[in-house]
Amino acid sequence: MERHIQTPLARDEVKELHAGDYVYLTGTIYTARDAAHKRIQEALDKGGSLPIPLENNVIYYMGPSPAREGRPIGSAGPTTASRMDKYTPGLLDLGLTGMIGKGRRSAAVKEAIVRNGAVYFAAVGGAGALLSKSIIRSEVVAYDDLGTEAVRRLEVRDLPVIVVIDCEGRDLYETAVREYCTE
Amino acid sequence: MRTINAADITQNIKEMCIEANHFLANDMDRAMKTALAQEKAPLGRQILGQLQDNLKIAGEDMIPICQDTGMAVIFMEIGQDVHIEGGLLEDAVNEGVRRGYTEGYLRKSVVSDPLIRENTGDNTPAVIHYEMAAGDRLKITVAPKGFGSENMSRVFMLKPADGIEGVKNSILTAVKDAGPNACPPMVVGVGIGGTFEKCALLAKKALTRPVDQHSAVPYVKELEEEMLNRINQTGIGPGGLGGTTTALAVNINTYPTHIAGLPVAVNICCHVNRHVTREI
Repeated sequence: MERHIQTPLARDEVKELHAGDYVYLTGTIYTARDAAHKRIQEALDKGGSLPIPLENNVIYYMGPSPAREGRPIGSAGPTTASRMDKYTPGLLDLGLTGMIGKGRRSAAVKEAIVRNGAVYFAAVGGAGALLSKSIIRSEVVAYDDLGTEAVRRLEVRDLPVIVVIDCEGRDLYETAVREYCTE
Repeated sequence: MRTINAADITQNIKEMCIEANHFLANDMDRAMKTALAQEKAPLGRQILGQLQDNLKIAGEDMIPICQDTGMAVIFMEIGQDVHIEGGLLEDAVNEGVRRGYTEGYLRKSVVSDPLIRENTGDNTPAVIHYEMAAGDRLKITVAPKGFGSENMSRVFMLKPADGIEGVKNSILTAVKDAGPNACPPMVVGVGIGGTFEKCALLAKKALTRPVDQHSAVPYVKELEEEMLNRINQTGIGPGGLGGTTTALAVNINTYPTHIAGLPVAVNICCHVNRHVTREI
């Protein structure tokens, strides 16, 4: 099913999403990948403040290539989500409702997705030039020294993603592969 | 003896880094178009179609095909009648990478120390493999490697008694574990034989062989065909979201090994599988 969804992403909206849905996201989202997650966790451990609001927000696991003059961003596709698994349950418990990445998630992340009524989307890996066309603005909001790994606030318009793990714990990576397996 | 200037090597490597990250190699381009024509899953076809659109945008607007523009892996085949002047070869290569990644708006993805993890800011150093050859030419292959797929690569130190079935199981295990993480449809480079490090290098080099060119060794060619078939029966499909195209090719290289061993390396690459070769 095709859907157009606004971000920030409210929990009652997440309930309507099912594994396999093709979704176009419009609104504000944030980027964070390995190094930024590590710093966010360190800030949480020390009781410090977070660089981005988590409540009802979506994190895109993405570190772009540099933007050419006059463009908001360079190539901007998803990175492998499982490297963030260690940090994700804590962020979901603090209000994060959506993540965009690629690849499988751990059992602990799936449990946290269900517990919090959140959703995991996949964007197509290796389609960074195409995906960059849906990003209309990009601004570094934290950890500038991390370069491509800095936290960015993005304005996106119709960013194409696919629901992989929905709030009831259905996992498209498992179901879709079974459908085409002929071993 | 033929003299090659270090500055020419730098200039070529700079151009090759930019070319590899914006334009698919011809063999990969043909394979991706064939995949779109043959894929049976509707979502799989949609993803392969998106990847075609992505390639068009990348080339026309000069936006890298993938934001992970890789760590620069470079194979240098040096004719033994070549003399290099004007600086150290290693410095010339790294300067080419530096310029390519800086002037070409490519992502800087290299950290100076694996545990301290500070970005070097210019994507150097490259990983360089030197090989001596006959003649007075220098053959350079630039193969920037992304880590979504690199992280899913494996080395298996099998026993001779594990035999060809052990090799087949190792390849299938690596591919299934990689699944959606490695950005399928993937290219699977396999090295069999040698030592621990030799089989890994064989696998890496196998990824630079055109995907429509089989091994010249008859039993290896058969193994490549059988494994491609079996991988495409796993159902992983484009993007790992189900389908009949999980791999575009399985390229296998072999080497003599020790009486006590059967090393197997599986180096997995995504559907971009960047590789550009020039001879100077």
